[in-house]
Amino acid sequence: MRAAILIAVMSLVTILLRFLPFLVFHGQTPPYVAYLGRVLPPAIIGMLVVYCLREITPTAPPFGIPELIASAAVVGMQAWKRNSLLSILTGTVLYMALIRLAF
Amino acid sequence: MNRQTVKQAFYKSIPVMAGYLVLGIGFGILLQNAGYGVLWSAAMGLFMFAGSMQYVGVGLLAAGASVLTTALTTFMVNARHLFYSISMIETYKDAGKYKPYLIFALTDETYSLLCDGETPEGADPALYRFLVSLFNHSYWVSGCVLGSLLGTVLSFSTAGIEYSMTALFLAAFTEQWLTAHDHIPALTGLFCTLGCLLVFGRANFLIPAMLLITLVLTLLRRREEDTL
Repeated sequence: MRAAILIAVMSLVTILLRFLPFLVFHGQTPPYVAYLGRVLPPAIIGMLVVYCLREITPTAPPFGIPELIASAAVVGMQAWKRNSLLSILTGTVLYMALIRLAF
Repeated sequence: MNRQTVKQAFYKSIPVMAGYLVLGIGFGILLQNAGYGVLWSAAMGLFMFAGSMQYVGVGLLAAGASVLTTALTTFMVNARHLFYSISMIETYKDAGKYKPYLIFALTDETYSLLCDGETPEGADPALYRFLVSLFNHSYWVSGCVLGSLLGTVLSFSTAGIEYSMTALFLAAFTEQWLTAHDHIPALTGLFCTLGCLLVFGRANFLIPAMLLITLVLTLLRRREEDTL
C-alpha cells in the first residue's frame, strides 16, 4: 500500500513537472527559472553520484575499493568512448566481478 | 494510420531501443531484488516513464521513505524536465489530440530525438512525434517487465547489479563534465551533497543537500551569468 502511494507520488510529480511549463509559460520564461534550468541539472547529477555511493565506509574493509575501481572504469570508459551504455555495462560487470573474486 | 510515418518513426527511435532495454532490464532486476514484482515494475515504467528517477525510486521504496521526501526527491531529480518542456512549447503547439501524450512522454531520450524540431517530408509532424514517443515508451516498459521476470528466474546471484545505478549517474556526470565549459554547478552539487552527508548522516542528507545546492547556485547567479 505504501509502495503504491509512493509510486503515485513519483508519477504525479514527474507528470506535473512535464506539464507545468505548457500551462504556465506562453513564450517568456523568467530569467531566474532559465538560470536554474541551466545550472541545476549538472549539480543534481553530482548529488546523485554521492547519493549512490553513500553506503561506503572508508574506515572499514573493503574501504570502498570495489566502488573506487569500478567508478574509475566508468569515468575512463566514458572519457574514451563517449558511449554511456558501454560505460555503464563495463562498470557494472567489473563491480560484480570484483565483489565476487577480490573482496 | 500512415504506414510510411510508422516506419520513419521506428527508424528514428532505433538508437534509443538498446539503451532503454538494457537500462529497463537493470531497473526491473533491482526492483525485483527489493521485493517488488513485475506489476510494480510495469506500473512504474508505464506511469513514471523516467529512467533515473525510477532507479532512485527503488531506493525510496526499499527505505520506506516518507511522502514528503519522495515528492521532493522526485522534484529535484526530474526538475530538468521543466526545461525540456519549456523548450518544446513552440514545437508541440499544434499537436492537437497528441499533445497530452507528447508532453507526458518527454523523457531525456525522446527530447534528444525530437528537440531539433525536424520531421520527415510528407509526414504529419504531430503523428510522427507521437509515434517516436510511443516506440520509446514501449521499449522502456518492455525492458522494465523483462528485467523483473529475469530477476525471478536468474539462477546466478545478481549481487552488485545495483552498481548500474551509480554507473548511470557517473557516466552522465562525466559526459556533461567533458562537454561543459563551466564546472561550478557540477562541483556545487558534488561538494554540497558530500558536506550534507557528513553533517546529517546517510538517512537524512538528501533534502538538506537539495536546499543547499539551490541556495548556493542562487548566490552564485551573478558570477555564473558573467562567465557566459
